[in-house]
Amino acid sequence: MLVPHQKLNPKLFDADLERVPVRNGFGDGLVLAADADPRVVGLCADLTESTKMLAFREKYPKRFVEIGVAEQNLATVASGLAAVGKIPFITSYATFSPGRNWEQIRTTIAYNNRPVKIVGSHAGVSVGPDGGTHQALEDIAIMRALPRMVVVVPADAHEARKATLALPALDSPAYLRLTREKTPVITTKESPFVIGKANLLRSPKNPQVALIACGPLVHNALLAAEVLAKEGIEVSVLNNHTIKPMDEESVVRVAKEAGRVVTIEEHQVAGGMGSAVAEVLAQNHPVPIEFIGVHDQFGQSGKPEELLEHYGMGVQAIVAAAKKVLLR
Amino acid sequence: MALDDTNIKVLEEKARAIRYDLIEAVIRAGSGHIAGPLGMADIFTALYFHTLKHDPMQPSWPERDRVVLSNGHICPVLYAAMAHAGYFPKEELHRLREFGAMLQGHPHRDFLPALETSSGPLGSGLSQGVGMALGLRMDDMPNQVYVLASDGEQQCGSTWEAVMLAGKEKLANLTLVIDRNNIQIDGMTEEIMPLEPLPDKYRAFGWHVLEINGHDFREIINAFETARAIFEKPVCIIAHTIPGRGVSFMEFKYPWHSKSFSKDEATEALRQLRTMGGKIDHE
Repeated sequence: MLVPHQKLNPKLFDADLERVPVRNGFGDGLVLAADADPRVVGLCADLTESTKMLAFREKYPKRFVEIGVAEQNLATVASGLAAVGKIPFITSYATFSPGRNWEQIRTTIAYNNRPVKIVGSHAGVSVGPDGGTHQALEDIAIMRALPRMVVVVPADAHEARKATLALPALDSPAYLRLTREKTPVITTKESPFVIGKANLLRSPKNPQVALIACGPLVHNALLAAEVLAKEGIEVSVLNNHTIKPMDEESVVRVAKEAGRVVTIEEHQVAGGMGSAVAEVLAQNHPVPIEFIGVHDQFGQSGKPEELLEHYGMGVQAIVAAAKKVLLR
Repeated sequence: MALDDTNIKVLEEKARAIRYDLIEAVIRAGSGHIAGPLGMADIFTALYFHTLKHDPMQPSWPERDRVVLSNGHICPVLYAAMAHAGYFPKEELHRLREFGAMLQGHPHRDFLPALETSSGPLGSGLSQGVGMALGLRMDDMPNQVYVLASDGEQQCGSTWEAVMLAGKEKLANLTLVIDRNNIQIDGMTEEIMPLEPLPDKYRAFGWHVLEINGHDFREIINAFETARAIFEKPVCIIAHTIPGRGVSFMEFKYPWHSKSFSKDEATEALRQLRTMGGKIDHE
């Protein structure tokens, strides 16, 4: 059922599946990107360790700028650095960057067409105990609305590393969304990853529903697919890691094959990946869609797993959504 | 260029021509800011026709000095100075604010690639200049970065984030010019949100501060030369200017910050600039 050339982690469904924070993959990737391209510089707003820019700072202190708690400056200084030929990566928590500094990103990065890479960590309710102020749930919506902005949501640390390595070659501004918690390592070093190309992970012969997911919830989608299969419902699973530019061809293809779609993301349903999928399908191949995500609420403190359950993003919620969409 | 009386006269005449052209452009466009551009005409003239290392034939020459206009709404003076310097034909000034025009209502790099930045929203220019200065220093490039900002945008928190970073990084290749004309849209700056003591504030953040008469070419050019010579700090030039400078009924009047001309006012403004405020008796 799993697509062999995706080379997914063979332990995908085992209890001892390795778990690594997605942000760690960014940290590894940034050092590699800096090794490969002397134009890469890093800026951080007083969160160098937790956004995983530390290894880069230690290896390339002269290419690192500590901005302090000043996210507006973080974005605009990066724009200036890009104006003189640098490729800046800027990091903070997603609620602050691109949350607090959205207008600066709009005007000085997107409008100015500067290849700044905005890295927002700690997205989603899975941030856990820090509570709602620190759980970004609107960042995909505000970033995909910006012309020229590429938006990437890696599913695990491998994808985060590969995305980070690929971003300097893109001449455009980009947003990379990261999460805090240790989450399942779904893919492997050998798995294909190309920005703008969704990965079909599970492809049964006659799928009845297509699960289109992004971020660490791709794992929940794969688990839900197993549960559904046991009940005789076959579903495909698409890892839709690039929200913009979206791989419309793959999205339309899985929707055509299955005739029904469930989108899955750790983000507000309004304006997120699911909305973007609905825009594509409404124009190309309208099908019934159910949306897994946060429904017009803020997060709160708790353990990541219990919060994902509470807000309806757990495996059982996905199973229920697939059954519901089948009845429509 | 040595600064003798002849050179000063040349600069004064250039500034007059820039004022004339920018007013004509705004009148033709039917909207656009006017007092600020007139107040900054002498400083833009000094920059583009004396101080800057630049080549209008090669706008992306890597060794050029960088000019960042933070308060994009005074772009008519930037556009007129660039046109006179030869970045684009002066006829483009006649299409200011038109659909598809090179000269957008606020500066936009997509339409005029010779611009260093697009601008309009206040409080973002200095931090972009800080980024440029940091990047140039990383590469040991000698270029100077000039940021031109309004006094009103000293009310933006983001401005002070950039002021703080420039002070911390001792960005000697950065020069900020604040157009201290004391007006903003809603009234006088000291009534809307007081800025003084502005020089002390910059000094407290680690900057070297110069205060000048923004209409005296000797003072302007000396300040730019001093700024280039200071190697341990960023320099803030607080330029005291008269908004609407060159048109008697506009000078010092805050409603002219963004008000547009009646037909009679337009005729009178252009007449005054043709005659240099009565200094020339023929038209």
